[in-house]
Amino acid sequence: MLERRKLVNHLLRQRPDNALTVSSLGSPTWDIASTGDNPLHFSFIGTMGQAAPFALGLAMAQPNKRVMVFAGDGELLMSLGILATIANQAPGNLTIVSLDNESYGETGGQPTATAGPTDLEAVAKGCGFSQTCTAASEKDLDAACDQVWTAKGPVFINLKIVAGPSPLVFPYSFDGAAAMNRFRDAVNNPGKS
Amino acid sequence: MSDSSDWPQEIFSVLLAQGIDLVAHVPDAGHTALIHLAEEHDKVDVITLTTEEEGVGLLCGAWAGGRKGVLLIQSSGVGNCINALALPVICRAPFLTIVSMRGEWGEFIPWQVPMGLATPKVLGAMDVEVFRVSEEQRVAETVSAAGSFAFNTRRSAAVLLSQQMLGAKQFKEG
Repeated sequence: MLERRKLVNHLLRQRPDNALTVSSLGSPTWDIASTGDNPLHFSFIGTMGQAAPFALGLAMAQPNKRVMVFAGDGELLMSLGILATIANQAPGNLTIVSLDNESYGETGGQPTATAGPTDLEAVAKGCGFSQTCTAASEKDLDAACDQVWTAKGPVFINLKIVAGPSPLVFPYSFDGAAAMNRFRDAVNNPGKS
Repeated sequence: MSDSSDWPQEIFSVLLAQGIDLVAHVPDAGHTALIHLAEEHDKVDVITLTTEEEGVGLLCGAWAGGRKGVLLIQSSGVGNCINALALPVICRAPFLTIVSMRGEWGEFIPWQVPMGLATPKVLGAMDVEVFRVSEEQRVAETVSAAGSFAFNTRRSAAVLLSQQMLGAKQFKEG
């Protein structure tokens, strides 16, 4: 099992300058915030299940940039259908990173379906993702990391991570309009400082 | 349904004029012609969703990336969107949907009625401005008004296409 903050840091160190990232509500948003602020990142702080649909729309609007969405297992389980929608659109620039701690970390650690027989990588593969993998150790991760920013998408990477709380780190703003305006401006006017 | 007006074509022209080039949908009989027009257009991407709420996040992400889209759904799908509708509201992002109504004028299937009757109330509760249209000759101007409202003021707008205009779906055994 991998340590989530170390992992997210590791992945983001290899981030191309123009890549766009999205995180789902709860721990994935706090994880990305812990790596520092970036105007090309959009944090969800609510609307569970909407991070992957948002990332699909973003990827279709910005086909020349890599879009990576970090989503928890609970988040993905809430909207499994979007994996079928994404596979059918087949955006070559989209990567989904599933941060799978097999539990609802924000609400008391209740087990999710992935603590049982459900395998998110298998779901993604069954939906039609051509590139999928599961990493549960540092060794697996190195192989996975070669793909995340460059492989032809849609890519689905399931990362088995240690459950349990990490220190809370808040993102740029809880004001959705402020966060959206900054993100949209950074995406569409990259030359502007 | 009258053949006197090609309102699906009129809607499509209004959408194109507003710069919309993404059409996300969960299909409904009332949207068949419009979906077909979108599929036939080489500059428009059509996304078939597995459930309506995917379209809310998808269109918000597309707008963040510089594209405009519309969500075509049936009134029963409005219920599926409720929590997702917080996203465009809290982010002050535009959101435009065109809803084909069931469960009202001339409805045959009682199961369609609860969500059909709740549709305008649910939309209103989530800060979605409702633009209802029940006459073919007013479709284009209504979609145009709703689209301008959504994209110019960055708010959520829903056009409800009445069953009075679409014609109630007919069922006959045998």
